[in-house]
Amino acid sequence: MSAAPLALSGRLWLGLMLVFLYAPILVMAAMSLNASPFYQLPFEASTRWYAKLWTNREILAAAWRSVWIALAVAAIATLIGSMAAIALWRHAVPGRRLLQALLFPPIAVPWLITGTAMLVFFFGIGLDRGSPAVILGHVALALPYVIVVVTARLQGFDPTLEEAARSLGARPLTVTLRITLPFLAPGIVAAALFAFAVSFDQFVVSYFLARPGDTTLPVLIYTAIRKGFTPEINAISTIVILVSMVLMLLVARLARFGGER
Amino acid sequence: MADRGERAATGRALAMLAPAYLWLLFAVFLPLAAMAWFSLLSDLPLRGREWHLTLANYRAFLDSPAYPALLWKSLRIAAVVTLLCLVAGFPCALVLARVIRGRSREALLLLVILPFWSNALVRVFSWTILLRPGGVLDAALSAVLPGEVRLGLAFTETAVVIGLVHSYVPYVILTAYLALQAIDQSLIEAARALGAGRLRILRRILLPLALPGLIAGAVLVFVPVAGSFMEPRLLGGRMGTTFGTVIEDQFVAVFNWPLGAALSFILLAVVLGILAAASPALRRSLG
Repeated sequence: MSAAPLALSGRLWLGLMLVFLYAPILVMAAMSLNASPFYQLPFEASTRWYAKLWTNREILAAAWRSVWIALAVAAIATLIGSMAAIALWRHAVPGRRLLQALLFPPIAVPWLITGTAMLVFFFGIGLDRGSPAVILGHVALALPYVIVVVTARLQGFDPTLEEAARSLGARPLTVTLRITLPFLAPGIVAAALFAFAVSFDQFVVSYFLARPGDTTLPVLIYTAIRKGFTPEINAISTIVILVSMVLMLLVARLARFGGER
Repeated sequence: MADRGERAATGRALAMLAPAYLWLLFAVFLPLAAMAWFSLLSDLPLRGREWHLTLANYRAFLDSPAYPALLWKSLRIAAVVTLLCLVAGFPCALVLARVIRGRSREALLLLVILPFWSNALVRVFSWTILLRPGGVLDAALSAVLPGEVRLGLAFTETAVVIGLVHSYVPYVILTAYLALQAIDQSLIEAARALGAGRLRILRRILLPLALPGLIAGAVLVFVPVAGSFMEPRLLGGRMGTTFGTVIEDQFVAVFNWPLGAALSFILLAVVLGILAAASPALRRSLG
């Protein structure tokens, strides 16, 4: 068939693209296991950089800070984001379209602009740079994603279930806790993981809002790369990308969204 | 009675919406407004400092030849990156949507999207390892080709473009895939029955119908790339000064926040203009 060469070259192109997407990451991971601090070849396997991570207090502190900030962001964004998603879906709220449109700017405006704007505003109201400011900013960035993921799950929900419960005398809170939330659970878990990932991987906004000296992991990595360099950065970067990929795999499994935003 | 119940329901809904939207108001919309205000100040409104309202920060943009040139450079890089993402991404989307079927399609799509949702900074960092002089790419090419190969890509604009395409091409693949997948198969069968060749089907049916998806993808690439500063810094070195890095400098190095705010706002205006121009296509493909 004449279709074969075209389809074959298409597959080949897709394969090349996957190499392009993954090769740098795999090379970085390999180099984190190379004994030479300057990426010298030939390759000599060693786990010394991973061992050194455990003695690098700065990196450990930043990693710990990144994790608990992401946990706080996931908890807050998932709670208030799910509430908003349910409200938007259940009620014909006046101005619903506007409310949905308002979710777009936090995603669409370049983070450089959002981040510097937050810095300016928080400074203006006397909130210094530091972890509370970072959490405030991250939650705002994660909220639209949480609302979108939970809303996507709600699309498959039959509202008559709620009506049935209500007509049998259940109070609104009971309906939410016993009917709506159990159905939503996978979507909410996916949203929480997503929010965690948004915060854990966020660099730009943290860069402007974190206090120099106690930063998050991505900010520390950025500063280390620019300062010149410590080979442990390879190791911690490899761990970071592994964590973020595993998180997103879980999200994809739970939310079953072919990657939609 | 029904009216009162309805009003109570609306009240409950508003109570559930309030935390999220107040949060957005406080952390996104008020800051953007504050930035507009800051961009009109002559100095930081700190105690003991004189400040007044002025348009001088915007005039500084126009008066200095450097700022418009850098804005232009950022927009040019964004355009090149967007174009490359479209050219490289569309065939992938086409293959995923029309050639590969079943479970392997799902797996491949996930494989394409996965890097996009992973840590952007680390991915850019991984390119610095690959591209550094005498680095892995040079070594690999030297092993295959005769002689010492030195690509000399580290700290060039090309390196910045490569890193940015790497960061954003999954966006285009995703939006183009969603558009292509929505195309009614019977349209293609009809065209084929009428004797249209593959290229003709591609040009007359697939491309036009996928266009909103491609435009959405293009916008979603162009906007963040125009405001990028981390990628140019790490991959471009001294060649990597862009409008984004100049804004970054105003906030973290020079501490001229009012000028930084004005430059941010100019960038925001450009970006919003582009978003507004593309919004019909965006709505069609994402809505």
